[in-house]
Amino acid sequence: MGANHHHETFPWKHIVGFIFSLLLTFAALWVALSSGLSTGAIIGIIVILAVIQASLQLFMFMHMTESDSGKIQTINMAYSFFIAVVVVVGSIWTMSFVL
Amino acid sequence: MAEAAHRYDETMPLEYRTQESRLNILGFWIFLGAEVALFATLFATYLVLFQRTGSGPTAKELFEVKDVLIETLLLLTSSFTCGLAVFEMRRNRLSGLLTWLLVTLLLGAGFITFEIREFIHYVHEGATMQTSAFLSSFFVLVGTHGAHVSLGIGWMILIIIQILQRGLTPRTARKVFIVSLYWHFLDVVWIFIFTLVYLTGMVI
Repeated sequence: MGANHHHETFPWKHIVGFIFSLLLTFAALWVALSSGLSTGAIIGIIVILAVIQASLQLFMFMHMTESDSGKIQTINMAYSFFIAVVVVVGSIWTMSFVL
Repeated sequence: MAEAAHRYDETMPLEYRTQESRLNILGFWIFLGAEVALFATLFATYLVLFQRTGSGPTAKELFEVKDVLIETLLLLTSSFTCGLAVFEMRRNRLSGLLTWLLVTLLLGAGFITFEIREFIHYVHEGATMQTSAFLSSFFVLVGTHGAHVSLGIGWMILIIIQILQRGLTPRTARKVFIVSLYWHFLDVVWIFIFTLVYLTGMVI
């Protein structure tokens, strides 16, 4: 059931997660400020990088999938992100006709 | 599985030992789902309004890469050290747990300090909550996140006091684990503020 971490003596998972988070942060910064891509492409890429980094936090730092409730926790967060996307994209799309 | 859930399980980390703790942790995940919905409404408001700058400054004129990057690195590192605190807790090392929690607190306090300085700087430049729809929604979104971090700092201090008084028990371990979930979650929200507010604001 995967909640047993007694045997790990060095926090590899956390260090790998941290290094990848740093890389993703600086990658997003570079894409936004120095890549010279079109605005649409930049926003698409940095949003994807943000979703990857958020997933790193959930899986590597928050241990979302561990314990007996791991599946429920994962489905709960996936559903909340679905709601977030509907609210945000839906609002932008709807208001694009008004403003 | 249903029967196993009622047992006091020695093979699990301290924070999962009792059924009450396991339900508390699950309940906190459900709360985080609700927090995602809360922040989604604030992001939606901001993203709809952020080009409505009226006679005030635009996002591009206002945001400075250096300040935002410092805040981002402080909060990201604090999320990492908070993870290390739980890692040490699971190895049953009280001193390691307390040390990393303190480092996390200091980094969190550093983040809040930079954020307050950033807000004060904006206000001195004439960019207040009343200036434009862009700035109203900006201060509400980023301020709500900052209020969460401030609350997290107070909460973590209380948990540290309780560990000092009671030591590591299944109950205090569960409290540490839940405050760690809250802290990591604040970094998750910040990743999107960094991306959708600051980076996007500097590009468009």
